Amino acid sequence: MTPTPVLSQITPSRRALLGGAITLAAAGALSACSGPDGSSRNENTLRVVYQKTAAFQQLEHVLTKAKEEYEASQSTVAIELVPIEAEQDSYFTKLALMNGSPDTAPDIIYEDAFQIRTDVAAGYLRPIDEYVATWEEWNMFLDSVKDVGKGDDDKLYGISLGTDTRGIFYNKKLFAQAGLPEQWQPTTWDDILQTARTLKTALPDVIPFNMYASKAFGEGTSMQSFEMLLYGTQDTLYDTDTKKWVTGSQGFKDALTFLKTIYDEGLAPGLDIALDTNIGSRIATELLPQGKVAMCVDGSWLPGGWINGDNAWPQWEESIGYAAMPTQNGKKPGFTSMSGGWTLAMGSQTKNPQAAFDFMAVALNKDNALKYYTENSLIAVRSDIAEMEEYLTCNSSFEFFSSLVQYTHFRPATPDYSRISGSIQIACEDVVSGGASPEEAAATYDKSLVGIVGDDMVQAA
Amino acid sequence: MHQSPACGVPTAGGASRRRHTGRALRRELPLLPAVLMLLAFMAGPIAYAFYGAFTNRTMSGYKAVNPDFIGVDNYVSLFSDPDFYTSVLLTLAFLLGSAIIGQNVLGMLVAVLMRHTPRSVSSAVGACIVGAWVMPEIVAAFACYAFFHTEGTLNTVLDAIGLDGPAWLVTFPMLSVILANIWRGTAFSMMNYNAALAEIPPEIKESAQIDGAGALQSFFRISLPIIRRTIATNLMLTTLQTLGVFTLIFVMTGGGPGTRSSILPVLAYQEAFKFSQIGYGSAIATVTLVIGAVFSLVYTRVLRPEVE
Repeated sequence: MTPTPVLSQITPSRRALLGGAITLAAAGALSACSGPDGSSRNENTLRVVYQKTAAFQQLEHVLTKAKEEYEASQSTVAIELVPIEAEQDSYFTKLALMNGSPDTAPDIIYEDAFQIRTDVAAGYLRPIDEYVATWEEWNMFLDSVKDVGKGDDDKLYGISLGTDTRGIFYNKKLFAQAGLPEQWQPTTWDDILQTARTLKTALPDVIPFNMYASKAFGEGTSMQSFEMLLYGTQDTLYDTDTKKWVTGSQGFKDALTFLKTIYDEGLAPGLDIALDTNIGSRIATELLPQGKVAMCVDGSWLPGGWINGDNAWPQWEESIGYAAMPTQNGKKPGFTSMSGGWTLAMGSQTKNPQAAFDFMAVALNKDNALKYYTENSLIAVRSDIAEMEEYLTCNSSFEFFSSLVQYTHFRPATPDYSRISGSIQIACEDVVSGGASPEEAAATYDKSLVGIVGDDMVQAA
Repeated sequence: MHQSPACGVPTAGGASRRRHTGRALRRELPLLPAVLMLLAFMAGPIAYAFYGAFTNRTMSGYKAVNPDFIGVDNYVSLFSDPDFYTSVLLTLAFLLGSAIIGQNVLGMLVAVLMRHTPRSVSSAVGACIVGAWVMPEIVAAFACYAFFHTEGTLNTVLDAIGLDGPAWLVTFPMLSVILANIWRGTAFSMMNYNAALAEIPPEIKESAQIDGAGALQSFFRISLPIIRRTIATNLMLTTLQTLGVFTLIFVMTGGGPGTRSSILPVLAYQEAFKFSQIGYGSAIATVTLVIGAVFSLVYTRVLRPEVE
């Protein structure tokens, strides 16, 4: 072993010194990676984490405006806007990972209402009851949405940014071409199927009807498709009286059978489109506006993307008609809908909850809420805005989708819902891709449901 | 067995050995940071994944903060889940089709052909093949997605010659991702084999030629045995690389339709991050690790007689 010339010129002690220095430097680098406790957070910077996609930038506009207003109103606390550019599923993943470490946890979170109970259970959120108690504008929020932000412990964690309903969008021009009435309202599932079949025969190049059925579309598949069907049957997912989940219901199989029917008969998009990860954006920004899809079940926010922005479609009001989703056989009240909505919530790791709430109050004030409701085409949850002329007249779809509130349902608000929803998505994709019959997929769902909540938390339909 | 001289003279030998050990230690000291780094960033996460697989940790909800130690429950439910066995079969098909057969055979073929073509042709071909390999995985994945998509390049070309292509990603998900991985990974094998073939002394081949061996005979009887060690190493490397492929499949098919292209890494991701079961996902990742280890063991066994 001959030392290299350069090293041989260094005396042993210097060599040891060199080695020691490198070791120290490495140790320093290691400890820098793990981060001194909470050094990256301080009480004078608030991190606001929210979702942003090509089709959804309205929230960013409102938060940017609120940031300017809030920073102008005082000089100590700065707002750091941190968008997560991802579709819904990946947004939840990224958010959960950020929440996992005190160093990265947000102070203020754009939080889907159905995630609140889960995240409260994980200790990611901080209750805000003490702050709303002295917030005058809290009284403007409708009582029905005040509960949306509550955790299992009945404390308030999130404030609603607006709610939504779901119904059928249809293309009036394509209906006219197929000899269908311009004013259309199905009263049973069969009505929808008959109309879709008529469209298929008359317009073979057009996809008659879209209902999401892919795992990739995540919660949208559960809510915009499966639950819009299931809540129109005599069955439900969760018995709110006994607080138990329902297994083996006929409604569950019927909902899957309906999805299977539209996909098997070619009334729905081909699987290459249906299972595409971008299906949601494609329907909203491409297939529906271009007249390639005649009907689809989707959310009331859809026109928000057509009013302005990258995917503006100024003529949408001439083409698009709306219909309520009928119950399976026309059972009373005749129609059904699902409502969700997002909230602003406070992260449990925040060092300055008062400032965090102050910023939330600015983002949710009358001006900003009006801007958000109208630009994002949401149903107002503040009573002072719901009656404003400016709100009511800004978008022709508001009246229709607000009228669905009387038929609407909410998802079971339990910490397990998001995982159970995942099992629903598996069932839907399995059925439409031919991997399982509705009975088999329902049985698989029952099995994974029991696996998630346990034997004592389920009941047979 | 005779004793070594050093043992016969303990005092002197011991002192020199101590000096020797001391010097060796000092010499190896600069390695310490690297070893620490490896422990922290390689062994650490692996150990943590092993541990995580024994808990019911989730991404959110009660078990995110207070996961329970549940022993082998994750493995029990994993081994009783038919989806898992489907996934293992798909993983093996993916390994066999795209790495062991696809990349290796095609890489060898291209390497051999390139040695027999004019330099200009071989460098042009080489550049094209290496291009796929140089691309970041995510870019390659989107390129393949665009190629195999129903309205993508492949079907447009087929359409031009009057053929009606299927929806590749839906009808043949595994074939699509296998072809994509062959396209992406062949360059690596090609370069390895090219280098190995170039090292074969030309005299050996010449003498074989003089003895009357044809091109095929000289390839199978002379070239292949000589580069056997490269083949074994290359097999191991491509297998391990392919076992880690995630982005390609996730972008192209998302593991679907249903679970028809969910190889183990995709299944692990889905369970851990989509269905929030970190513990269960870790168990799947651990099984993937074991499969990789088994393959490595087999290859090193194959390799060993050549080394000795």
